[in-house]
Amino acid sequence: MCGIVGLFLKDPKLEPQLGALLADMLITMTDRGPDSAGIAIYSGAGKGKAKITVQSSTPEVDFKTLDEDLKDAIGTPVLILIKSTHAVLEVPLAQMDAARSALSHLRPNVKVMSAGESIEIFKEVGLPKDVARRFDVAKMSGTHGIGHTRMATESAVTTMGAHPFSTGSDQCLVHNGSLSNHNGVRRELKRQGMTFETENDTEVGAAFISHKLQNGETLGNALEATLTDLDGFFTFVVGTKNGFGVVRDPIACKPAVMAETDDYVAFGSEYRALVNLPGIEHARIWEPEPATVYFWER
Amino acid sequence: MQTFDLGAEGLRALNSALHALKGQTNMTEWEVINPKGAHAIAAGVDAPVDITVRGSTGYYCAGMNKLATVRVKGSAGPGVAENMMSGTVIIDGDASQYAGATGRGGLLVIKGNASSRCGISMKGINIVVHGNIGHMSAFMAQSGNIVCLGDAGEALGDSLYEARLFVRGTVKSLGADCIEKEMRPEHYAIVEDLLRQGEADTKAKPEEFRRYGSARKLYTFNIDNASSY
Repeated sequence: MCGIVGLFLKDPKLEPQLGALLADMLITMTDRGPDSAGIAIYSGAGKGKAKITVQSSTPEVDFKTLDEDLKDAIGTPVLILIKSTHAVLEVPLAQMDAARSALSHLRPNVKVMSAGESIEIFKEVGLPKDVARRFDVAKMSGTHGIGHTRMATESAVTTMGAHPFSTGSDQCLVHNGSLSNHNGVRRELKRQGMTFETENDTEVGAAFISHKLQNGETLGNALEATLTDLDGFFTFVVGTKNGFGVVRDPIACKPAVMAETDDYVAFGSEYRALVNLPGIEHARIWEPEPATVYFWER
Repeated sequence: MQTFDLGAEGLRALNSALHALKGQTNMTEWEVINPKGAHAIAAGVDAPVDITVRGSTGYYCAGMNKLATVRVKGSAGPGVAENMMSGTVIIDGDASQYAGATGRGGLLVIKGNASSRCGISMKGINIVVHGNIGHMSAFMAQSGNIVCLGDAGEALGDSLYEARLFVRGTVKSLGADCIEKEMRPEHYAIVEDLLRQGEADTKAKPEEFRRYGSARKLYTFNIDNASSY
């Protein structure tokens, strides 16, 4: 069991509330998984800036002077926003890869949670309410976001084993279920140049989709391919810079409920997660069909 | 009428109050407000009372129901009326997976669609679905009836025993050992009665249904049938 939530806003007026709505949805799902929790929020695309979200188990050491050190390395000013064990580094978009490369030398112990024009990922071991408070998620605005609370099955309960997993620029994935052929798929993806941080099955699902997108596939086609190439149980929710997608395996034993209004598209492992959304009483509510790809892009 | 605010008083208080009703009671009408998708609403009731839930429910609503009538004025999450013994459960909206699973008796009515595994391993319950039923419905169903006014998904009635499956629309595929069977007069009578009980008699006529049942080849293991399991 795990709990997944997702929210894709169509009405910009709701954007300041994205973090608060998503945190509330995720906290409602706490009893589906108490091990770790995480959230990905998308905001601020199109400003020519890149955001690199990093994590450290010794933030007071690693984040001290990180902005200055990075500025010296890449030659442009770097903004840093520290939130507990995570920090968001803002650099010019053209400098994103240079900054990531410099970071791996400057702070080899720091982990990159996500990088891209709009994505920020915050995840830690602990309950959703504690993780949401720690990173002040309720104050975050954005266009879309996904969250996950984990009951671990396939790998250890660690920060890096928490969801969402990001394996490509502005991409992330959360998963309820377990994949049975992840070792074989990981081996093949490694051969094709993908890199992995964990032994986790979900990271393989995320990298599988990222690899397809890197090769020019659409989000819809990449999700479609999970149905033929990944074996096991899954309900996936995927985020990209512009979009939000959902796919369930053909057996579809992992629960999923969706709601759509003129203002948003929402996903929850259970209907409980959706009950406090504005206008939910008039939403179209349905259970996503097995082996069927759903996605929304702006 | 007893009105119970689930948001204010909590699930355990509701189910304790409902479980305390035994045999004859003069508190026969109950209304549950603010269900907000909570789990196990009115599970394990054993009294001839009428309970209306004003909204959608989570897992296992009306599970193990005996004698009671439970009405959900919304949709139901997974496992609604699971292992129901008797009584009636009526869902105005849709039902999620394994509705009526292992049910031993009583009537489950779903006015919207039911998703996968509806009636899995049913053992005597009657299920009337006004819309469609999802894949693997009636898997290993042992007895009782499903009347589906819409379409059935993949692998209907896989490894079926003696449950009768009546479908008005299309069947995407039949599961192992499930075959179409002739509608005889007694089957028209069963469908007519269940359409009436399931508040669907104005929507469909018995002669519009086809019957599916067990080919009875997989009841006991036979090496000649190994490839069919």
